[in-house]
Parts: sequence; structure tokens; C-alpha cells
Amino acid sequence: MDFFIQLLVNGLSIGLLYGLSAMGFVMIFKSSSVLNFAHGELLAMGAFLFLVLTTWAGLPVYLAFLITLAGSFVLGFAVERLFLRPLIGESLIFVIMLTVGLASIFKGLLLFFFGGNLHTYPEFLPAGLGLQFGNVLIPPVYVASSFIGIVFLVLFGLFFKFSPQGIFMRSVADNQTAALSLGVHVKKVFALSWAIAAMVAGMSGIVLGVINGINVHEISAIGLKVFPVVILGGLDSIGGAIIGGIIIGLLETFTCGYISPSLRDVVPYAVLVCILLIKPYGLFGLVEIERV
Amino acid sequence: MTDNNSEIFLQLNNISVVYSDVIQVLKGVSLTVEKHRIVSLLGSNGAGKTTTLKAISGLLKPENGKVTDGSIFFDGAYIQNSSPEEITRKGIIQVLEGRQPFKYLTIEENLKVGTATRWTRPYKKDLEMVYDYFPALTKRRKTLAGYCSGGELQMLVMGRALMAHPRLLLLDEPSLGLAPLVVREIFRIIRRINEEQGTTIILVEQNANMALQIAHYGYVMENGKIVMEGEAPALRENPDVKEFYLGVSAGGKTRTYKDIKSYRRRKRWL
Repeated sequence: MDFFIQLLVNGLSIGLLYGLSAMGFVMIFKSSSVLNFAHGELLAMGAFLFLVLTTWAGLPVYLAFLITLAGSFVLGFAVERLFLRPLIGESLIFVIMLTVGLASIFKGLLLFFFGGNLHTYPEFLPAGLGLQFGNVLIPPVYVASSFIGIVFLVLFGLFFKFSPQGIFMRSVADNQTAALSLGVHVKKVFALSWAIAAMVAGMSGIVLGVINGINVHEISAIGLKVFPVVILGGLDSIGGAIIGGIIIGLLETFTCGYISPSLRDVVPYAVLVCILLIKPYGLFGLVEIERV
Repeated sequence: MTDNNSEIFLQLNNISVVYSDVIQVLKGVSLTVEKHRIVSLLGSNGAGKTTTLKAISGLLKPENGKVTDGSIFFDGAYIQNSSPEEITRKGIIQVLEGRQPFKYLTIEENLKVGTATRWTRPYKKDLEMVYDYFPALTKRRKTLAGYCSGGELQMLVMGRALMAHPRLLLLDEPSLGLAPLVVREIFRIIRRINEEQGTTIILVEQNANMALQIAHYGYVMENGKIVMEGEAPALRENPDVKEFYLGVSAGGKTRTYKDIKSYRRRKRWL
């Protein structure tokens, strides 16, 4: 039982991270119909930026964290501005190839500067952050990542529900022509969704780096997990992305704990296929409102 | 108000619109709209009414359309081929055909999107104003727009446009697919908006009867050209308009083989 709870907690906190980074992916897709194949590399960029700031620049952790978030935000913004905007109106395949190209550029840059070895952050989480319930011990990393995950989730919920910018973003995702006719700056919305997606990806990159260590290949591969997550949740549902992320996270940790760590990456896909057989649009995808 | 009536607010000067570089939809349309008036644009399907509106509001661009010839003059500046972001900020707001609400936003959120053109957004007062014009929306504030009825949605999209404080409101077929009573209600509100807010309105309609009742001036379009224009009462009395758009024949009698003749008369406009 203790083992089960332990796995459950780990799965939930990892899943929340998957869900958050998938949310960024879905946001880009919903507002501008772009599938971002460079999402994993955005995670890696965040993770390495944090590494540079903490180890080489020696900044205090919270400052490095904030700067990484800001840096990722700017990176996402710049990517949209420089590469995506000229392609607005072009057919989807060009845009997808562009993101694939961006992925290899980012990966190449990171490999060039940091090599393919495993890096680790200095130990910075206080051991007191871990929680002990009976025989269940939750390591500090998981406590921290759950905390950050929930904070981000609540902040984004509030942002989309109440802030004008959030409502504009939802309006563009809903009906772009109508938004345009009311004077919503659609291009600004695109840029903002890239910036926010990159920021969340950077945050997830840091936490995953703390958990698994930082390696270019591994982190960008984890980033690719947004695909099963968003397909499971439905490509156009932000809530679905979060729930899909949690499901994939739980599946992974339970497979790892009860069956075998080597099957960790396989079982989620197997379950994904089964779910898609029953619900081809994902669990929460495309619930078109039909007026009766 | 009569003093301002002669003031030219919007002028389309011989504009041509081409989609995808090949399909010419407008072939030299000229029209003038004076301040604080309701101008109605009539015509059958495919005449180019919607395209004319989109040329004014800048919404041709996303559809790969372009004003290739002529000029559009609005309130002292040329705006042909400006971006929709710029044009909406000058105060031209188009209400799209076929009610396009944001389905997954609530009624109130839909209305808030209408404030996008204004930097400072004290929108509380505007919400009050919109609910005053469209009381039916008040009860539905928190409902997702996707679940509202057609009449409510038409009120919603018009209210959403009002939130932007438009100086020129472009209405594209507000009566489309609505019950006759609701249509009457909508037209009453359009007139009220024009009278109380002084908003200049261009009204595109199939329902010529209704449109000419509230409009001050009217244009008739066919095949991408303006074929007739005049003060609304005069248009209402025009025999051609009566026959083709109001559905009344000259003597009130049913027509028989005279139809052939009327077809010819119609052809002469082209």
C-alpha cells in the first residue's frame, strides 16, 4: 500500500509537469494551428539556461529560476517573431518542417556548447522540504515540482478566465475571423502563446533536470511526450492536456514500479492506442457545441 | 442632426476587389455614406455586398482578397488595404454574416472581447449600455455562447460590436435565419442605436422591405456593381425594386407571361 501511494504521488507530480508542458503545446496549436515539433528542445533550453545561471554564473536559485522563466519567455517570443510570423498563411507542412528544423538547430547548439554528457544541478532543495507520511517519503523534488505545478496551473486558470489578454487569446482560438473583426491583435496573441508555451516548457525542463539530471537527448525526448499527452487529452483541449499529462505520468510510474522500468516508455503508448480505438478524438477533444 | 447630414464620412471611389489574384468580385463600386445615417446595401446572393463590407473593414486580407483599384476614404484618411487592426482602431467595426460568436466563451466574456480596440478598458458602463439595448442577454451572462439561440446570438454579436464604441458599424445580414418577430426587434434596436449613439451604419440585407424602412439611403448591387441608388422612400417606390426585392408587382396583380419582359428589364442593369 505504501509503495502504491509512493508511486501515486510521484506519478501525479511528474504528470502535472507533462500536463503543463503539453498545455503550452496545445495553446500554440489552438491559437495558430501550428504543431510545434521543437517543444522538447524548448524544455532543454530552459534546463540548460538554468544550469548556466546556477553553476557558471553562480546566481542564487530563486533568481536563476526567475531569469530562466523570463529568458524562455523571450525565446518563445523571438521564435514566433523571427521564424513563424513570415510563414503565416503558408500551408501547414512548411510550418511543421520549420519547427522540425528549429528543433535540430536548438539541439545542435546545446550539443555544441554542453556536449552529450549528463549534467547535474548543484543540490539546492533543502532536505526539510521532503514530506513523511508513515512509511511514505516524498522527496523534496517532487514536493517542489507539485507545488510549482499547482501554482502555475492556478495562475494560468486565472489568467485565461479573467485577464483581458487571456480572454483575447481564447477568442482567437475560438473564432479567428470574428476576433479579427473586433480588432483583436491576432499576431500579438500568436506571439504571446509562443512566449507562454516556452516559459512553461522552460520551467518543466528545470524540474525534470532536477529529477533525472540534464542531458540534451533525454530532455528533448521527454519533451516529445507532449504528443501522447495531447493526443490522449484531445489536441484542442487545454484541460484535456493537463489530465492527459497526469494519466501518462501515472501510467509511467506504475509501469516502472510494478512491471519493469524498461517498459516505462512503452506502456503509455499501448494504452494510448487502446484509448484512441474507443475515442478517436482523444478523451476531451473536439466537443463541438451544437445548438439544438 | 440635420446639419451633420451632409458631411461625408465614408467614400468608396470606384473600387475593384480581386480574390486570389484572379477572381474579380467588385468591378468599380462607388458609394458615399454621410455621418449619422443608416445606409442600406441591397442585392441578391453573390452581388458583392459582403465583399464590399470586407473591403471597408480590412477583412479581405485573411481571405487572400485585395482592393486592386480605387480608394476608400474614411474620416479624412485613405484606408484601402490597411490591416483590420488599424481599421478597427479608427472606429469601423464589422458584424459578420451568420453570427459568429465565440462559442466557448460566456456571453459576458464575448462582450469583453469587444473592448479590444481600446487601451483603457473601463467596460462596466458599456456592459450596462449593451444590456440596456439587449435585455434578453442579461439573464444569459454566464451561459456559454454556444448554447444560446439564434436571436440571442445576433443580439450578442451586435452588442459585442457596440462595446468597441464604433463610429461606423457594418452590419452583414442581421436578419439571417431569424423569426419575423425577432427580426423586427433587431431592426428596432438598430434604429435606436443610430438615433441614440449617432452611430453611422451600413446595413447589408436580403430583407429589403425591413431594411428600407429603417434606412435613410439605399444602394442596390448586382454582379459587383452598384446599379441603383436613392433615398430610402424613393427606392421603396421604385417599380424595379418593388418587383425584385420587395416582391410586389406593379398593380398588385399576379404576373403571367409578363415575367419574360421583367427578366429583360433586369438584364439591362448589368
